[in-house]
Amino acid sequence: MSTSKTAGAATATAVAPDVRPILSVRDLTIDYLGEPRQPALVQDVSFDVLPGRSVALIGESGCGKTITSLAVLGLLPARMRVAGGSIVLDGVDVLQASERTLRDLRGRTVGAIFQEPMSSLNPTMPVGDQIGEARWLHLGESRRAARAKAVELLDRVGIPNAARRARAYPHELSGGMQQRVMIASAIACEPAMLLADEPTTALDVTVQADILALLADLQRDLGLGILFVTHDLGVVAEFCADVVVMYAGHVVERAGTRALFAAPRHPYTAALLGAVPQAGQARTVLTTIPGRVPPSGAFPAGCRFRPRCAHAVATCAEPQHGGADGDHFTLCDRVAAGELTPRRRT
Amino acid sequence: MTTLSPAPVPVDRPVAASALPNRSPMRTAARAFFRSPAALSALAFLALLLFLAVAAPLVVPYDPAAQNLANRFSGPSAEHWLGTDEFGRDVLSRMMTAAQIALVAPLIAVGTAAVIGVPTALLAGLRRGAIDAVAGRLADAVMSLPALALAMAIIAILGPGLVNSMIAVGIAFAPSLFRVVRGAALATSRETFMESAESIGCTTRRMVWVHLLPNVAAPMLVQVTILMGVALLAEAGLSFIGLGVQPPDSSWGSMLADAYQNQFRDPFGAVAPGAALALTVLCFNVLGDTLRDVIAAGRRA
Repeated sequence: MSTSKTAGAATATAVAPDVRPILSVRDLTIDYLGEPRQPALVQDVSFDVLPGRSVALIGESGCGKTITSLAVLGLLPARMRVAGGSIVLDGVDVLQASERTLRDLRGRTVGAIFQEPMSSLNPTMPVGDQIGEARWLHLGESRRAARAKAVELLDRVGIPNAARRARAYPHELSGGMQQRVMIASAIACEPAMLLADEPTTALDVTVQADILALLADLQRDLGLGILFVTHDLGVVAEFCADVVVMYAGHVVERAGTRALFAAPRHPYTAALLGAVPQAGQARTVLTTIPGRVPPSGAFPAGCRFRPRCAHAVATCAEPQHGGADGDHFTLCDRVAAGELTPRRRT
Repeated sequence: MTTLSPAPVPVDRPVAASALPNRSPMRTAARAFFRSPAALSALAFLALLLFLAVAAPLVVPYDPAAQNLANRFSGPSAEHWLGTDEFGRDVLSRMMTAAQIALVAPLIAVGTAAVIGVPTALLAGLRRGAIDAVAGRLADAVMSLPALALAMAIIAILGPGLVNSMIAVGIAFAPSLFRVVRGAALATSRETFMESAESIGCTTRRMVWVHLLPNVAAPMLVQVTILMGVALLAEAGLSFIGLGVQPPDSSWGSMLADAYQNQFRDPFGAVAPGAALALTVLCFNVLGDTLRDVIAAGRRA
């Protein structure tokens, strides 16, 4: 396939007037194999990632964020399958692509960073080799050239004394440095897109800020489109241009970050925002959302947030279609119809 | 909400960045290993054995096959340190020559077990699914049979002889190696780094050999070392009943068999091969145990 060659042109597409999304997910539905009666784990999820922009995929644990991101890489666990929809990554239909094509995409067109930097690195391999591996695999570089490039990349992600560090093993580095190594490895082949699955969750707050600054820096320089899977609203507000809010496998709201924080259009988002402490508003009561995300077998019909929603009425049990106000999509029919305006403080 | 510091100064400074060489986990374990006196003695004994095996033709005091019927069952003496056997052959020379077999035989057996068991186990642990189910049930089935009896049945097909009998033993051992490696591979393949290896576009083959194998090497090495000892015992057992080494070659097992035949005329005959066998197996076990200990200590650290 010629797809692997086009990745380097991402920066060029970013400045072009008609910006083509690097990743386009449409009506993605994922369920368990052989259990047709169970509600889908992920249903009708749609979003785009544009070059040079960050999209946050946000939600509580068990909302299908990680599964969605794994599906983008074509790495769904064997017991799950894509039941419908499409994923187009840099012009390639991921769901129809052969294993070979997918391998060419992974690491070349899309780099991935995961939550636990310590366990994301092979403990028996020097970090320099792990960074060079992708270049060696995809660009046919010699091991030596790849190793030299790895030193350059380590330097780029802000690791001091890079030449020495390249020979270090993961356990000899701190968590923040390990995550920098992961980032270096993810951008080794200058991918068009980065998939970051909770990249800062396991890190200290100060290190978090450094890593985010590094990612923003790289995004600007390389024109990376970033899909940022997280549950940290603070990170979203700082880092992402667009937000996709997921709840129990549904996209409940999708909007620009500013619009979403200013005026959430789904009760779930409003409740989430209400649970975040605000600077400058001392002694306010933080709201909590009662209950928890139901397990995948027990999703209710209609709006899946219904049992926990303060505004639920009988019609909420029917399938929701929602509607968009400009770019601001909500799944909640009542909000879309103007019956309800969820406020940040409930 | 978190606030972003204006200047992205890395605060995660290196912890210990002195002139220390970068240490792989393997090297750390090796260092602990060489600090254990028991492991060192075991290693020294095996090294001596290896030397004898290689240099036997040069250092044996007598031709191990030269008979001297006038001097049978001489018992230990200045000329024959370990005495002579029923044909008047020098026992010490025969012991030294048999050291070759004592090292080669376990290698063949464990090698066979590894060739069958390890790739299957790695693939089963990584991909699970059908290959895991089939290989797992097969291993269960083979393990439900007594290993030596199974080996004898396989020898019945392959024919007797050292190589055949050790291949048979290897087949019988494969499931135990499979189980250990598969368990470790299963645990390792759930680690995120396997996922990230796949997410940079590694092929299954590369994932198995480059990312999985080095991470299951530790428990595998322990099992291999202990199997070496068991294989040596199996070789001795099979040679004792005449299915292993064929005359005129001899192994410690077949020497034990000869000594057993003549136990009333020469009660001393069984001492040398028996002791050599016991010591060698003990050495393999000590090595295996020490390996397990240093690896476990490395995990805790």
